Amino acid sequence: MPDYPLAEKAPGRLKTPTGLAFQDITLEAVLAGDVEMRDLRVTAEALELQAQVADGAGRPQLAENLRRAAELVDVPEDRILEVYKALRPGRGSRQALFELADDLENRWQARRCAALVREAAG
Amino acid sequence: MSPSLRFQARANREINRDSFIQEWPETGLILFNSPADPKPQIKIQDGRIVELDGKPESEFDLLDRFIARRAIDVTAAERAMATDSLAIARMLVDIAVPRASVVRVVSGLTPAKIVEVVDCLNVVEMMMALQKMRARRTPSNQAHVTNKRENPALLAADAAEAVERGFSELETTVGVARYAPFNAMAILIGSQTGRGSALTQCAVEEAMGLRLAFLGLTTYAETLSVYGTEKAFHDGDDTPWSKAFLASAYASRGVKVRFTSGTGSEALMGHSEGKSMVYLEARCLLAIKGAGSQGVQNGSISCIALPESLPGGVRGVLAENLIAAMLDLELASGNDAMASHSQIRKAAKLMLQFLPGTDFIFSGYSSMPREDNLFGGGNFDAEDLDDYDVLQRDMLVDGGLRPVREAEVLAVRRRAAQATQAVFRELELPPITDAEVEAAVVARSSSDMPERDVVADLEGAAAYLERGFTGIDIIRALARRGFRDIAEKILAVQKLRISGDYLQTSAVLLPGPRVLSAVNDANDYQGPGTGYRLDSQRAAEISDITQALDPRLVGRTDEGADLLELEDTGPASAGTDAGEIVIAVGPAFGCALHATLLGLPHRGVLAALIEGIRREGMRPRVVRIRATSDCGFIGHAGARLSGSGVAIGIQSKGTTVIHRRDLEPLDNLELFPQAPNLTLESYGVVGRNAAKYAKGEPVLPVPVQIDNMARLKYIVKTTILHLRETEQVVADEPPREIAVRFPAPKETAHA
Repeated sequence: MPDYPLAEKAPGRLKTPTGLAFQDITLEAVLAGDVEMRDLRVTAEALELQAQVADGAGRPQLAENLRRAAELVDVPEDRILEVYKALRPGRGSRQALFELADDLENRWQARRCAALVREAAG
Repeated sequence: MSPSLRFQARANREINRDSFIQEWPETGLILFNSPADPKPQIKIQDGRIVELDGKPESEFDLLDRFIARRAIDVTAAERAMATDSLAIARMLVDIAVPRASVVRVVSGLTPAKIVEVVDCLNVVEMMMALQKMRARRTPSNQAHVTNKRENPALLAADAAEAVERGFSELETTVGVARYAPFNAMAILIGSQTGRGSALTQCAVEEAMGLRLAFLGLTTYAETLSVYGTEKAFHDGDDTPWSKAFLASAYASRGVKVRFTSGTGSEALMGHSEGKSMVYLEARCLLAIKGAGSQGVQNGSISCIALPESLPGGVRGVLAENLIAAMLDLELASGNDAMASHSQIRKAAKLMLQFLPGTDFIFSGYSSMPREDNLFGGGNFDAEDLDDYDVLQRDMLVDGGLRPVREAEVLAVRRRAAQATQAVFRELELPPITDAEVEAAVVARSSSDMPERDVVADLEGAAAYLERGFTGIDIIRALARRGFRDIAEKILAVQKLRISGDYLQTSAVLLPGPRVLSAVNDANDYQGPGTGYRLDSQRAAEISDITQALDPRLVGRTDEGADLLELEDTGPASAGTDAGEIVIAVGPAFGCALHATLLGLPHRGVLAALIEGIRREGMRPRVVRIRATSDCGFIGHAGARLSGSGVAIGIQSKGTTVIHRRDLEPLDNLELFPQAPNLTLESYGVVGRNAAKYAKGEPVLPVPVQIDNMARLKYIVKTTILHLRETEQVVADEPPREIAVRFPAPKETAHA
């Protein structure tokens, strides 16, 4: 099980999605324009480490959620909202959900999310 | 039949403004054991649940399907389901069974089985179980921060105060939906102004909630509502899968999520299917677990008055809290909506979560007065905060809060309001005036705030979203305008997103910020000496309420000391003048102490006694008793010296007795034990009555008011003043003769 909390015990293992080291996120860097909101996001790697922590704590469902999240880190927000809306009751046809699932799987390698969407379609 | 006046008095009590009904199982108005509730059962084939609580897979509704697929651990199910419910219930309260073992068993239970287990427990057992089963060892608390005029300076100031008071999470919401970005921003700034140790959220429609989180204006979300029947779920415009996806979406941006559920919602929506409230809640909680949420807020939430109208309603709400903890979910345990008109009832209800402790005892303590609460009231509000602090201190229970000093609070409120003003200015949003800032510092509620231009604010909020300002823009604005400390703290919290550390179960931030969760602070309660214990530092913090005085300083004043001179002129001898009345004063009277319990100066009291005696044509003689501080003995010692055989005994705290030589020391002619009820006039009458007793005239006892609150109000001061007097006692010292002088008050020098 990875050291937890990561920020405290293993900051060296953390990077921003843009490749900055955790320690490089400073107020000076923000003021110099070197850090933007897109840098302050969790990475798939960190989410996988957190999923391992959750597994180690005996929380398989939470771990599964964190792994689904890891698949979504690069999916644009608008696309995420589209998938969410399609999953709401009576929004999309069964067929539309399957297409969304295929897109998640093929374009974003979001295998677990795709499985969730297919399961929702019944 | 004439109506009973006592029944009438009770009918007017607050409790009788609450609604009470009998059970009506067909509509779901019942806590446990509706006839329509299924019996616990499971069938597993090839690692797949094919029957759940008596229903075959072909008849599964959405929730059954989701729970069977995602919530129940099939590897644990057969053994767990075969275990007697009573045996599992006993594991919950058995300190020899560790939490992890119970969690393992519960992971294999169906909704009906879980309900059967908790229904074996009475409320004390449920509290014991909750103490063991909550996920995080250290309890904490969440605040609501809203105001009906949506004033950003006031929101920021209230947020800052809430964090100062120890709240670990702050939740705001909106009256008008378009205010969302401003409200989220205001509490974000406020939350990081002082100690800087809270997560924040803004409860709005899901899509907007997600957007605020993506922009870095919030760090957690809690509005993911779940219902126990398919129809209710659909009315909430979601399915278990859409909620599960949403949970992953938030987590993908490093945002903490907790779901919401609670007894009564299905019955309220007319979709209970005749099932009991706790059974439906068990289904909700399993769906939440299956969705991979780290936690839930439940405890009936906004429906609380509905279960409370029914028999066992408060117990049922505690049961649903317990089920969440048994499922290893973070528990924010309600207490957020008005639960009763009765102060007695609402405080009693709170004890069920407050005493065992939960991850968040309130999922929204109203940190402002109720009138400003946009969530539906708040069972406890800003004006109950001193009560809450005292409850923690009384029971030495960690309710998550800390007593604060007014000066600290005002300072942090001012800085938060100024910081928000600066950010509005920097981002060219509708200005916050200096007058608004000052009003926000001291306001009781938003009624004390100047008007804002609502149209301009709404346009500004829309423009804010259009321009896509993020948490980074706020950090920059703060740093540029001289609020680097707040900028640093907001950045530190935002930076933690990269780690995902607060996505783990029951995560809160400590100053630093450091993450504390059920991973690095797992509840290890296993009976006395284990689990969360108040350490000496926290116990001292809880105990240090501002109202608590230093007992060494109580009554310690020299005020009035120069207005009474009592000169010791030697040992007192037995009097021979049949016209004298002795006034026997206690050891500290007019020397170590100078005023009575009520603050009457000893000068005035003694003057009134002397004047009363003289008016009856008798002669007062003052002696000091040093051998005792007891009122009866002081009076009796005086009577033995009195030429007339009658004396007035008076303790420094003002308690007075009229005594006579031939009586036993603890007997008396008249006793005035309740010094607080004695005025200077009554001391005058005491003097006259003593004189009349000596003359053998008929006496009307001094009228004294009965005040049953006097002991409550004055017992501490009584104790301390009496201690002072007793300190002056010199054992076996005979009484002293005292010459009394009343110097005129000194003129105050004028410039």
